[in-house]
Amino acid sequence: MNIFVMMKQTFDTEERIVIQNGDVSDDSVKYVMNPYDEYAVEEAIRQKDQHGGTITVLSVGPVRTGEALRTALAMGADEAVLIQDELIPSDEFSVSKVLAAYLSKQSYDLIIGGNFSVDSGGGQVAIRVSQLLSIPHTSSITKLNISGTQATVQRDSEGDTETVEISLPALFTAQQGLNDPRYPSLPGIMKAKKKPFQTLTLADIGLSTSDIAAKTQRQSLTLPPARKAGQLLKGDAQQQAVELVHLLRTEAKLI
Amino acid sequence: MSHTYVVVAEVRGGGLRQVSLEALQAVSLIKEEGDSVAAVIIGSQITPLADELARYVLGQVYSVDHPDLENYNPETYFSVLSSILSKLNPSAVIFGHTAVGRDLAPMVAAHLDAGQISDVTAIDSEGNDLLFMRPLYAGKAFEQKKFVNTPQVITIRPNNISPAEVASTPADIIEIDYSPTSNLRSIVKDVIRKTSGKVDLTEAKIIVSGGRGVKSTEGFKPLEELAEVLHGAVGASRAACDAGYCDYSMQIGQTGKVVTPEIYIACGISGAIQHMAGMSQSHVIIAINKDPEAPIFKVADYGIVGDLFEVVPLLTEEFRKVLV
Repeated sequence: MNIFVMMKQTFDTEERIVIQNGDVSDDSVKYVMNPYDEYAVEEAIRQKDQHGGTITVLSVGPVRTGEALRTALAMGADEAVLIQDELIPSDEFSVSKVLAAYLSKQSYDLIIGGNFSVDSGGGQVAIRVSQLLSIPHTSSITKLNISGTQATVQRDSEGDTETVEISLPALFTAQQGLNDPRYPSLPGIMKAKKKPFQTLTLADIGLSTSDIAAKTQRQSLTLPPARKAGQLLKGDAQQQAVELVHLLRTEAKLI
Repeated sequence: MSHTYVVVAEVRGGGLRQVSLEALQAVSLIKEEGDSVAAVIIGSQITPLADELARYVLGQVYSVDHPDLENYNPETYFSVLSSILSKLNPSAVIFGHTAVGRDLAPMVAAHLDAGQISDVTAIDSEGNDLLFMRPLYAGKAFEQKKFVNTPQVITIRPNNISPAEVASTPADIIEIDYSPTSNLRSIVKDVIRKTSGKVDLTEAKIIVSGGRGVKSTEGFKPLEELAEVLHGAVGASRAACDAGYCDYSMQIGQTGKVVTPEIYIACGISGAIQHMAGMSQSHVIIAINKDPEAPIFKVADYGIVGDLFEVVPLLTEEFRKVLV
């Protein structure tokens, strides 16, 4: 089975955001593999353990993205492909066109990605790719069982659980709870250094800048207004409860 | 040149979703004199919902009503929607940023070769440009984006844009036939509705949320009782989910859901950065925590330093008194 995992490198979720010169500052920021993509990589490894095959991890991003791809190789993926070109805009339309153009020339049975990225968080790219490749998809999955060319998956839909039967090749996006991602082992990290790692440009995948011109643009970037600490309620628990209900009625006027 | 805007309305738990009315309001912020508006509603036995929707739409309501469409399936819903869109040739298609909208909108965007701006919280104009506000890093920052061209696809975050009001004249309802196809590549076999009768977290006006301090699955009981009295929903921090106290679908934060209720009651939640990203846009934040130094108190409008197992049941009682 040929498995492709689409992934992204993001800020660690414990990072604070600082805006500098109209852009998000990446000064001394810790980068990690997008947390939802960790579930995707882990699931690919488990499926390969059961059904055999090859796992290729795939990303569009700057050179530093290679670190996240190496982490995936250390977890157990077989090959990495980084499409790295300053000509690729970060617009979801553009990124999905690039990924689909690459994948359309590959032979794949299973494509997995994260449910969304914890940075820009649009949740568009993976689903756009399934549409561009004309393959079915199920998003936000919490369980994946493959038997032959059929998969049975569970999908989290705002807390409801849907069971979906879907034929391969298909694309899935991983939701929390799908599995418990492993940490790379030391031997895994050593082996990862020797695994195939390919870096491609836009021209390598046969696209020109006009094919992938951005459809949306950022106009401004701001931080939300800082919240101020309010008041601590006094008295014993009973008095605090009465006071809170009173304040919500009179001051906040919400109850 | 006049434009057509299409709102894809949504059914949940037998009702029309509030966010669909918010999406209709978003169109009224975008459209100009002479532009036309249409809404699409897809489901099974939805005649009363199409009628209700029609009261809010100044234009047409396209209703696709078929037993096979009871549950959302990306393939069937997309095929229905794309055939309607190909007739209407819209400038923009607007969805709620919901489980269905998040799934269907990118399919439509890819199909139309369109840009998409997801999870929009506000719409403003600057000269001839429309600017769409949306969160980054789950709300640690916000960006304003604009489209370079048409068609455009937009998803609207629930609870941020006020819902549309009843239109002066109700829309015409156009029934669209659906003929099931036998060559579907994916089939929804079963849906377990764990949330039936409950408000969805992203649309809830009041959220009672538990963290590590809740200590166990049973520890969520008093929170559930409080939420029930307030007609709210129960959420959780990553720590509570990772500890196995509750389902991941309840998680609020940068991983998990981002929520903007009117009242957010954080119980036994210390306030990790990644959790605060998911709830700090709430209108009023209430924190209940044993530790007076917990970071959550720095963002809380009202703080109670105390044991949640003592305070929460007392709050439930007090709210019950005033709400009955």
